[in-house]
Amino acid sequence: MNESSPIQTRNRFVQFGSSPAGRAFLALLLMLLVGTLFNADGAFFKIGTHRDALRQASVYGILACGSTLVIITAGIDLAVGSVLALVAVCCSMMAIHWGWSGWLVVPVCLLVGCASGGLAGVVTARLRVQPFIATLALMVLARGAAKYASGGMKVSTAVKNASGGYDYVDVPALFRLVDTRILGGNLSVVTVIFLICLALAWLALSKHSWGRHLYAIGGNEEAARLSGVPVVWAKTLAYVASGMLSAVAGICQAAQEQQGDPEAGVGYELMAIAMVVIGGTSLMGGRGGMGLTLLGVLTIGYLDKILSINAVPEAGRLMLTGIIIVTAVLTQQRKRT
Amino acid sequence: MTAARPIPPSATPPLVRLTGITKRFGPVTVLHNVQLEIAPGEVHVLAGENGAGKSTLIKILAGIHTDFEGRIEYGGREARPRSPLEAGALGVAVIHQELSLIGPMSVADNIFLGRMPTRNGFVCDARQHEEARHWVRQLGLELDVRRPVEHFPIAVQQLIEIAKALSQNARVLVMDEPTSALNATEVETLFGLIRSLKARGCGIVYITHKMEEIGRIADRITVLRDGEWVGTAPAQDLSSARFIQWMVGRELGQQFPRRAPQPGAERLRLENVSVYPEGIAARPAAANISLAVRAGEILGIGGLQGSGASQLLLGLFGAYGRATRGRVLLDGQVMEFTTPRAAINAGLVLLTNDRKATGLVLSLSIIANATLAGLRELTRAGWRNPTAERAAAERTTGQVKLRAASLDLEVGALSGGNQQKVAIAKWLQTRPKVLLLDEPTRGIDVGAKREIYQLMDEWTAQGMAIVLITSEMPELITLSDRIVVMHRGELTATFTRAQATPETILAAAMGHTTASTITKAS
Repeated sequence: MNESSPIQTRNRFVQFGSSPAGRAFLALLLMLLVGTLFNADGAFFKIGTHRDALRQASVYGILACGSTLVIITAGIDLAVGSVLALVAVCCSMMAIHWGWSGWLVVPVCLLVGCASGGLAGVVTARLRVQPFIATLALMVLARGAAKYASGGMKVSTAVKNASGGYDYVDVPALFRLVDTRILGGNLSVVTVIFLICLALAWLALSKHSWGRHLYAIGGNEEAARLSGVPVVWAKTLAYVASGMLSAVAGICQAAQEQQGDPEAGVGYELMAIAMVVIGGTSLMGGRGGMGLTLLGVLTIGYLDKILSINAVPEAGRLMLTGIIIVTAVLTQQRKRT
Repeated sequence: MTAARPIPPSATPPLVRLTGITKRFGPVTVLHNVQLEIAPGEVHVLAGENGAGKSTLIKILAGIHTDFEGRIEYGGREARPRSPLEAGALGVAVIHQELSLIGPMSVADNIFLGRMPTRNGFVCDARQHEEARHWVRQLGLELDVRRPVEHFPIAVQQLIEIAKALSQNARVLVMDEPTSALNATEVETLFGLIRSLKARGCGIVYITHKMEEIGRIADRITVLRDGEWVGTAPAQDLSSARFIQWMVGRELGQQFPRRAPQPGAERLRLENVSVYPEGIAARPAAANISLAVRAGEILGIGGLQGSGASQLLLGLFGAYGRATRGRVLLDGQVMEFTTPRAAINAGLVLLTNDRKATGLVLSLSIIANATLAGLRELTRAGWRNPTAERAAAERTTGQVKLRAASLDLEVGALSGGNQQKVAIAKWLQTRPKVLLLDEPTRGIDVGAKREIYQLMDEWTAQGMAIVLITSEMPELITLSDRIVVMHRGELTATFTRAQATPETILAAAMGHTTASTITKAS
């Protein structure tokens, strides 16, 4: 018994290290270690750095929550970046130009997100179009809608008046609320919003029967269907949730930029997918989780921050990010026995 | 119980001899000091329950597992293949259960995959086609080698795979349950081919769970149990009782413990039910089927591949949506199931014939699988209750005598028999009135089969009605209280248990209508 216990502990450690959670955790630890080594003259040890890293990762993180739900069903959502832009534009128009109250703007924005997601969901789940194609189409469609609604211009606090000049209006209360910090300036509100989204998505995925259905669909859709799982409904809802979370991200994006940019969010869908995959959720569906996505979000978020405090130019940053994503995913691959 | 006896010597020197093979996966020893030899011109059946180590042994022979202890001799010379390619060069080819052909590629491309005849780096199509045609003809097949393999039925694909093996000069062919997807005629073709392969001096290692096949084609039999070599004997010297004893390590008193049925009220009645899986315009898979099952009764449906029995059950279960016509009565009430959920809620459930493809979610835990169909009643407003789920899974997996280290294990890690038990446990949780069982014992070992027979007996005693499809004749005859036979989508005969003989059932399954043919309602 005494002899076997250290072996067991080591086994448990090895086991953790070879589980997706363990590997994602090690990747994050490694990233933080890199941060302490390349700390840019102590900048990495300042609380502001961590606050900013979290703030900058939050919008991606919100999208990644939705992508996790979809990816677990063995689907993919490429439309999140465009839906984000569409919602950012709608949100800015309502809040800035029309001066609507936040109590009205937020529900309408969420509705726009749900409707977009619902469209993708119905086309994939009901009409059985491949998720890649369906959401690719929605990606283009939503981008077009964002440009149409904004007239191709950024919707900002400079509002064109009748005589052709610009009037400057106040930043709406909603935007100021979202783009502020709490806890003595140590935590951004967008980070709080991200954590709330993450918690809700985790509850749905891990504690609700819907979540179990998503795993079952991703693992074996036909077996799930023949076990009475409402496949079409559960899958559609996953895309609706992803659309709604894109809308939340869109509101945050608009608030942070204080404008609705129809060109916003380009490439965000891929960043969100990268975060999900680095966490260890399988693109084949059926395996993964929200906790893993949190680790993935933090890993990429810190990577970005470490590169930026070390003043690595953008070209190098992009290339390094690409290399690190591949490396991380390679270590996440399940070993075949 | 059996001391390691030397293998009875064969007349000719063996093509391949494996001795003292031991294989470990981490701390687990899956093969311990196993031996096997394959003589030219023999069919050597490798038997054993699931998990006995048959597949591992084959993978060592085929160069897939390279890390093992022991000795392999090919034609008297020791060698250790380090890859399937090297094993192929040594003359060993494996026809896996899952075919390794590439569907959209042509027959010729598949046969010469990875070693196509080339000139200056370009494939010589003409030569490849000619040679492919040569090998296909060797098997007595006439087919267009330029067509994609996916256009051919599974049986032909299997033959193409054999042609591929022969073209690689294989002397030893390993066939892993080759008949599991074949119908009776195709099985005959395969057996004919095996005879001609024997005549050429090929040695064949044949893995099967079907007694009947062992009796027909085995020359020698080797049995493995729990990773150990139990014995090797010429087929004619091994009685089936002794064979089963070797497999399970104990005498089976009675293979089928079916009690006398006490049929109650009528549970399920079909009146002129037709099922159209490919649309109403297409030919129905099952046409004008009328039958009835009482509480406490097992109704067996016999038939060969393509009889439409599986589609009939799927259609009943609502798996095809609105593709079912006719009247279905459950406990006297007219029902129309357009989704599996509706059928489950009404108490009609279907155990599908392919647990990996349509029965289980292999990436999820035993608990998740066992509660997948009845999850709703374990939740409150959709919120799951892990404690209740574990309790329900413990109850149902206990009923089916599931043996697993933990209920949190992934189902994919279980043996075939235990996987099937999880699939059954899932349906028990929904408390069904009618169980539709499609090949409930396919690909599982003798011990697990017996346990499933016992469970079926218990369920009927509790008043469940069971509809059973099975391709194993002894199972059909001894378990069923009544038997109906289908042929190409139509009922051709019904029998009581006393009337049924393998010959009459087979005749009906092949389309001969007999005196006991039921009068079809028009």
